[in-house]
Amino acid sequence: MSKFKKKKGSDLPAINTASLPDIVFMLLFFFMVATVMRDSTLMVVNKLPAADQIQKLDKKDRVMYIYAGKPSSRYEDKYGSTARIQLNDKFATVSEVGAFILSERASKRQELQNVLTTSLKVDSDTKMGLIQDVKQELRKVGALKINYTTRIGEYTQNLK
Amino acid sequence: MAKRSAPEVNAGSMADIAFLLLIFFLVTTTIETDSGLNRKLPPMEDQVDPPIIRQKNIFTVLVSKNDQLLVEEELADIKDLRSLAIEFLDNGGGVGDEVCDYCQGKRDESSSDNPDKAIISLKNDRETSYKVYIAVQNELVAAYNDLRNREFIRLNPNLGINYVEAQKKYDDPRTSLDKQDELKPKLNVVKLMYPQKLSEAESSKSS
Repeated sequence: MSKFKKKKGSDLPAINTASLPDIVFMLLFFFMVATVMRDSTLMVVNKLPAADQIQKLDKKDRVMYIYAGKPSSRYEDKYGSTARIQLNDKFATVSEVGAFILSERASKRQELQNVLTTSLKVDSDTKMGLIQDVKQELRKVGALKINYTTRIGEYTQNLK
Repeated sequence: MAKRSAPEVNAGSMADIAFLLLIFFLVTTTIETDSGLNRKLPPMEDQVDPPIIRQKNIFTVLVSKNDQLLVEEELADIKDLRSLAIEFLDNGGGVGDEVCDYCQGKRDESSSDNPDKAIISLKNDRETSYKVYIAVQNELVAAYNDLRNREFIRLNPNLGINYVEAQKKYDDPRTSLDKQDELKPKLNVVKLMYPQKLSEAESSKSS
């Protein structure tokens, strides 16, 4: 204490930090509101292709996600390197897609059940055969609104 | 007396707690929303009698297993796909009832009658790679968007925006309801002029 008291004569006053918590809280609330928690950990390589004629996806609660791609390096020894589908937190086969969609749909609110979109997050290097099978499954359960989720960019990036 | 016994709470650590929370939310935040190409799959029920479509009204695009592009049975480059699709959609070769008075195409008799009849059929192989397929889809959607932009600007010159921007504005939840009601009929007119008829056939088996 006495150390500080000596300086009393100097003309530089201490900066008042009383408003610091307020500023930090303001930032905190911003990020709390803007945050969307990532709900499933990715187990597949997921480098999305680029497109520029895109539309924004609906609100989060109206979207069901289907991931596909090669298993990421952590899972490669266990699952091999052929492209696979990921539903929620585990790998799945094509035949499980239908059941997944139905259970997802049942878990949504009544008024949203008819406006759901299926977002296909597929790695660029996947073959169309797998996607074709998924699409066929989606048609069987009547989930006709789909979105090929992409990142924003020129289509020429896909051709390299 | 009782007043005195209540000590003042030390708020000095409040900033620390707030910082801790702030850092947590900073790390977990993903602000950007996903976007992509919206498509509608055909329903499963087989149509009892499929409508008869004349060959000249179909624009076939085939992506082979080696990611090569066949447009109307001719090898093509993906760079030319947009202009080829626009040429086909905007041809307007029909006469009489099927005439298209807003088309600016060549009015070639061997190509599509009018945009309402014109169908783009996209086929792919099971071995086609997804990124090329998306590139093709992107270019076909771009062809529709280009034409819709042109017509939207022609019909609403004083709005100062094109079709894509207007659609984005319409979809934006921040746009007021009045504005949305104003935009909706304008968008629908253009949508009907160039309806997006893009058929995704089931893929051919690769041999």
